Amino acid sequence: MAELLEIHSLAKRFGGVVATDDVSLEVRAGEVHALIGPNGAGKTTLVAQLSGSLAPDAGTIAFEGRDITRLAQHERVKAGLARSFQLTSIFGRLSVLENLALAVQARSGSSLSFWRPVAAEHALTDAATDVAGEIGLAERAQVPAGELAHGEQRALEMGLALATRPRLLLLDEPMAGMGPEESQRIVALIERVRTGVAVLLIEHDMDAVFRLADRISVLVNGRVIATGAPGEIRANEEVRKAYLGDEALST
Amino acid sequence: MSAHRIIAFAGLAAALVLPLALQAADQSFYVGFASRVLIWAIAASSLNLVLGYGGMISFGHAAFVGTGAYVSGILIAEGVTSAWIGWPVAMLASAVLALAIGAASLRTRGVYFIMITLAFAQMMYYLVNSMKAYGGDEGMNLPARAVLGFGFDPGNEVTFYYVVLAALFAVLYATHRLVHARFGRVIVAIRENESRAEAIGFPVYRYKLVCFVLAGAAGGLAGALLASHGKYVNPSVLHWTQSGTLMIMVILGGVGRLWGGALGAGVLLVLEHLIAEHPIPWLLTLAPDYPQHANLGVGLVMLAIVLYAPQGVAGLFSRKTGKEHG
Repeated sequence: MAELLEIHSLAKRFGGVVATDDVSLEVRAGEVHALIGPNGAGKTTLVAQLSGSLAPDAGTIAFEGRDITRLAQHERVKAGLARSFQLTSIFGRLSVLENLALAVQARSGSSLSFWRPVAAEHALTDAATDVAGEIGLAERAQVPAGELAHGEQRALEMGLALATRPRLLLLDEPMAGMGPEESQRIVALIERVRTGVAVLLIEHDMDAVFRLADRISVLVNGRVIATGAPGEIRANEEVRKAYLGDEALST
Repeated sequence: MSAHRIIAFAGLAAALVLPLALQAADQSFYVGFASRVLIWAIAASSLNLVLGYGGMISFGHAAFVGTGAYVSGILIAEGVTSAWIGWPVAMLASAVLALAIGAASLRTRGVYFIMITLAFAQMMYYLVNSMKAYGGDEGMNLPARAVLGFGFDPGNEVTFYYVVLAALFAVLYATHRLVHARFGRVIVAIRENESRAEAIGFPVYRYKLVCFVLAGAAGGLAGALLASHGKYVNPSVLHWTQSGTLMIMVILGGVGRLWGGALGAGVLLVLEHLIAEHPIPWLLTLAPDYPQHANLGVGLVMLAIVLYAPQGVAGLFSRKTGKEHG
C-alpha cells in the first residue's frame, strides 16, 4: 500500500514544554490508523499541526507525496485533508443541511459570488443531502444544528469533514463525551466511510480503537513509541508500561 | 416572508411620497432632514455588513464615511463637480483605505480588532485635521453640490432626496443579493464559527477582507452624499464618536438584519431631533437643560432596546427571532 500521509521528525515546543518531539508516522491509503496515548501526550498539538492551524518548529508533513508543511489550513482541505474537532464545532444557528451545504460550497469553486442566490444552486443542496443521509441525519436535515442531540452533533461534526470529500479524514476524539450507545453509532459510521477514505483516528475509547484500527501508533511524551497491528500493540511491553492498563489489554 | 415584503413595500411607498407630503404640509425644511437620515441609513447599513453579517466589530467605520466625504468634497472644491466622477472616486478611495486598514487589522481578533480599527480611524481624523489646504480643523465649505446632469438640479431638496433614496435602495438591494449569494453564506458562516469555516476550506481572512472593503466603499458613498448634502465637510465626520454613533444605529435597528442600519439611523436621528427641537414643557420645568443632552435620551432608548428588543427594531417586525440570517 502507498503512503498517503508521511510525517517526518515533526517537532513543536511551547516555551520549555515539548509538545511534539520528533514524531514520525505514516498513514497508508485505505487504512484506519489509530493514534492513542495518555492525556498530555501531544495528540491535540499533533492534530493542530496536521490540519494547519499550528506551524511546527521542525519536520515535514507530506500528503500524497506533496510537501504540505507550510500550506494554510484551507489549502490542505483543498488538497484532501479534512479534520473534525474534539469539541463539537458546528454552525449552531444554521440547519444541518445548511451546515453541510457550506462544506460542499467550500470545495466546489469560488465563493466570491455576490449576486446569484445560493438557493438556486441545487447541486450544493443535493450533495449536502447525500452527506446528511450518509451520517444518518436525513430526517433531521432542516433542524438547526444547535438543537440536535449530542450524538447527532458528533455525527454532523464528522459530516462537515466528510462533505469536503477528503482522501484523509483526521478524527480528533470522535467519541468524546459519548455513552456506549452513541459511540456505537460513530463506530458504525466510521466503518461505513472507511471504504472511501483513509482515517487517522485519535481516540481514547480502546474498544473502538481495537475494533476499527488496521494499525495503531502510540504517542507518549510527544514521541511515537510504537506502531503496529492491534495485536502487536497489545503485546508490546513498552506500550504496556508506558500507557495501557492491564485490563485494557486483556479485553 | 410575505409580511416582510408588505412592510418593505409600505416603507418604500412612504419614503417615496414623504417629500411631497412634507411640501403639502408646508414643512419643506424636513425634506433636508429626511435626506440626512437616509444618508446615515446608508452609512449604518454599510457598517451592518461588516458588523452584523460578518461579525467584525469595527470601531472605525467613520473613517470610510469621512474619507468619502473629503474626497468628494475636495474634488468639488478643485472643480471636478460631476457626481458621476466624484462619487465613484470617493467610493474607490474609501475601498482602498478599507483594504489597507482591513489587511492590517483583520489579522487580529476580539478586543484587539476593535482597538486597531479605532486607532486607524483616529489617525485619519488627525490627518484631515492637519490638511490646512482643505480647511484643517475648521472644515471646508463647498461652492455647490455635486452635479448630476440629465436635467436634475441637485440644489433642489426634493430632487436630492430622491437621489439619496435611490442610493439607499441600491445599497440595500445589493446587500440583499450579497447575503443570499455564496459570498454572504461564507461571511455568515465565519461570523457563526470562524475556526470551522477555515477547517472546511474557506480562506477566512480573504473573505473578511473583501467584506470589509465592500462595506468601506458603501460607507464612502454615504460620505460623498453627506458632503454634497450640507455643502460642507469637517473632521468631526471622522471622529471616533461618529463610529460609535454608527454602531449604536446598527444595534438599535437590528444587527445582521437587512433593514437594521436604516431603521437604527431613523430612530436615532429622529429621537435626537425631537429631544433637541421639541422639548416637552413639563420636562423642561423639571430639567431646563435637557434638550442639550440628547445623548441621555438616546442612552435610555438604547437601554430599552437591549432589555426588551435585543434583535433591534427590525427584530420587532420578525417573529422568527434569531433564526434569520439573510
